[in-house]
Amino acid sequence: MGENQQLSDHIVSVLVNNHPGVLSKVTSLITRRGFNIDGISAGNTKQSDMFRLTIVVKGDDRSIEQIQKQLYKIIDVVKVWTITNESKLDREIGLIKIRIPHGQRNEILQMINVFKASVLDAGPEGFIVEITGTTEKIDSFLSLFEHHQIVEVARSGIVAMNRWDKK
Amino acid sequence: MNGARIVIESLKKEGVDTLFCYTGGAVISIFDELHKHGEGLRLIQPRHEQGGTHAADGYARSTGKTGVVLVTSGPGATNTITGIATAYMDSIPLVVITGQVSTDKIGTDAFQEADVTGITLPITKANFLVKDIKDLALTIKRAFYLAGTGRPGPVVVDIPGNVQRQDYPFRYPDDPQLPNYRPKTTGHPKQIRTTVKMLEKAKKPLILAGGGINLSEANDELNKFLNKSGIPVATTLMGHGINPEDERLYCGFMGMHGTLYANYAIQNADLIIAIGVRFSDRITGDTSVFAKNAKLIHVDIDPAEIGKNIPVDLPIVGPATSVLKELNASDIHGNYSHWVDEIDEYRRKNPLTYDKEGLLKPQYLVELASRIFPDNTIVATDVGQNQMWVGQYYRFRYPRTFLTSGGLGTMGFGLPAAIGAAVGNPDREVLMFSGDGGFQMNMQELNTIRKYKLKVKMIIMDNSYLGMVRQWQELLFDKRYSGTDMNDNPDFLKLAEVFGIKAVRLEDAAHAEEIIRELAECQTSMLVHAVVDPKQNVLPMVPAGKPLDKVITKF
Ligand SMILES: Cc1ncc(C[n+]2csc(CCOP(=O)(O)OP(=O)(O)O)c2C)c(N)n1
Repeated sequence: MGENQQLSDHIVSVLVNNHPGVLSKVTSLITRRGFNIDGISAGNTKQSDMFRLTIVVKGDDRSIEQIQKQLYKIIDVVKVWTITNESKLDREIGLIKIRIPHGQRNEILQMINVFKASVLDAGPEGFIVEITGTTEKIDSFLSLFEHHQIVEVARSGIVAMNRWDKK
Repeated sequence: MNGARIVIESLKKEGVDTLFCYTGGAVISIFDELHKHGEGLRLIQPRHEQGGTHAADGYARSTGKTGVVLVTSGPGATNTITGIATAYMDSIPLVVITGQVSTDKIGTDAFQEADVTGITLPITKANFLVKDIKDLALTIKRAFYLAGTGRPGPVVVDIPGNVQRQDYPFRYPDDPQLPNYRPKTTGHPKQIRTTVKMLEKAKKPLILAGGGINLSEANDELNKFLNKSGIPVATTLMGHGINPEDERLYCGFMGMHGTLYANYAIQNADLIIAIGVRFSDRITGDTSVFAKNAKLIHVDIDPAEIGKNIPVDLPIVGPATSVLKELNASDIHGNYSHWVDEIDEYRRKNPLTYDKEGLLKPQYLVELASRIFPDNTIVATDVGQNQMWVGQYYRFRYPRTFLTSGGLGTMGFGLPAAIGAAVGNPDREVLMFSGDGGFQMNMQELNTIRKYKLKVKMIIMDNSYLGMVRQWQELLFDKRYSGTDMNDNPDFLKLAEVFGIKAVRLEDAAHAEEIIRELAECQTSMLVHAVVDPKQNVLPMVPAGKPLDKVITKF
């Protein structure tokens, strides 16, 4: 054990009872066991009394298994599973407030189109753009702009599912 | 019925007969109901909530019942924290009921408000803040169910003052309504069959018994298995209490201060069945070479323990007792007598030993007590050298007879834990060993002994040092004894006298046997202040993080 362990991002889905404090129980457990949370999102599910958390953590396969087992010890955790790289379907949404220099409006609108993003709000100084896609897609959209052009970024964190079995 | 009364009636429904409690503003209603309706509940009031919590823990460890603690909000609750963390690390069932400020005051930094569920989150199996009287009885039901089943542990129930005063009809539920909580009750039959097959192939199998054996009261089944299979056994510190018919099968405890032969057995075995063990760093040493020649079968009630610290070849999730029952029902063919001979040869060449010349040796006191006290004596230790010497030289033969803070290593545990054991086992001998340092961390509880006329036998091994740390300084810090000198100890005889407890001083080996006999035969509590060799070290010793066979036997 121990040697050559690959640390990579893993996506863990956690179904929890919608009880007070459950979010902090989950996050504090993961941190307490020595893992870093790279991203987290939470929302309702088809059962109104349950919440689904999607958590991105860095770790090797063994530590991810350990996280799953530890999470099951929280009384309000109903189900824990990982999203595998092969069948991953993941999306993130970003709202980005961009300052646009004089005379560059059209050029920027074109970039927005290429990324299938949309303009939610426009003012004399710039736009608010909504972009949906994988984390990488949002990262690369952001990389097109100078640092000072980006006024504000709000990202949802990943939501993810395993695809239908194709066999 | 008001909430306070509901608490009491719920405790009665749970069959609780002993409550370790300390009052205060936020639980005054519960104490009032105890006054009116507390028949059948014995109240043990310590002098400090930490002492009370360790006492409940000692009660639980020695009786197998869940220990119950009741304290007030804020400082009352925070004083229990060390006790809760101690119980959590050793998987001891406790239900700790704390008063809380009224719901409309929560979050306002009200007088004696502390976020108890927040503070205890990482040191409890579960915790609850009861904001609605409707949930009170169910929450208490859940607390007891969670504390005592599966892998046991402490559970906190935080009850605001106004909830204690509201009225609601009392109905105690039969069902804790925890659909997601389903601890395993048996091991998987396929894994049991594989175990049997692996045992047939093995030449040098070894059982490694941990605290889970005591928690699951699997000692009888394990003894049966050892007698039947002829497989030798090593224990962890927490696994003490194993008693095979053939003493040669017994290797004592392994790990940092374990016997040479137990560690030898671990490192040379070709198959280890570890039962109720969590492979803490104190027992594995360097994990990369731990049990390097062995296939590992790990039996544990908690799936999260399997593979946590050490990779496992065959996991079996289930309670130790039922897994061993299943194993006892299988035929095991295998003759391991060569292996037993090999360990025995090693044991004869490398016995546990100490220098018997000169000043009174603490190890000798443990040997004497082990010989003189009845076999079913409950022994509580504090933390440090005293704890390790008891681990090495006391021969425990029954489950739940060795109470020690293994996981958290809490100084100040020994005295109150012994008190809890005496409360729960009035017919048995309870013997405490403590260092001079640790004893002074909860010595106020001597008054609890007096108050309830408990019978606790106490040996303070006074080396005028914080011995275990001094030992590390001798070994690793060039004898710079910084912060470990205890030359300014109080007069322990006078201290005992103040609390009405008989006490004698023991300074030389010549009188040791006589005094330990007197201690064992005394019909009341008694304290022996043993002035021991200040520079004794606990040996053998595997330095932290080193392989188990890289042992220091001499400084
Ligand atoms: C509450 C607490 N504080 C500090 C420690 C660190 N510590 C571990 S062993 C030890 C020395 C204990 O000395 P003493 O009680 O005299 O027992 P001895 O080792 O001499 O038997 C100390 C300070 C601890 N384990 N627990």
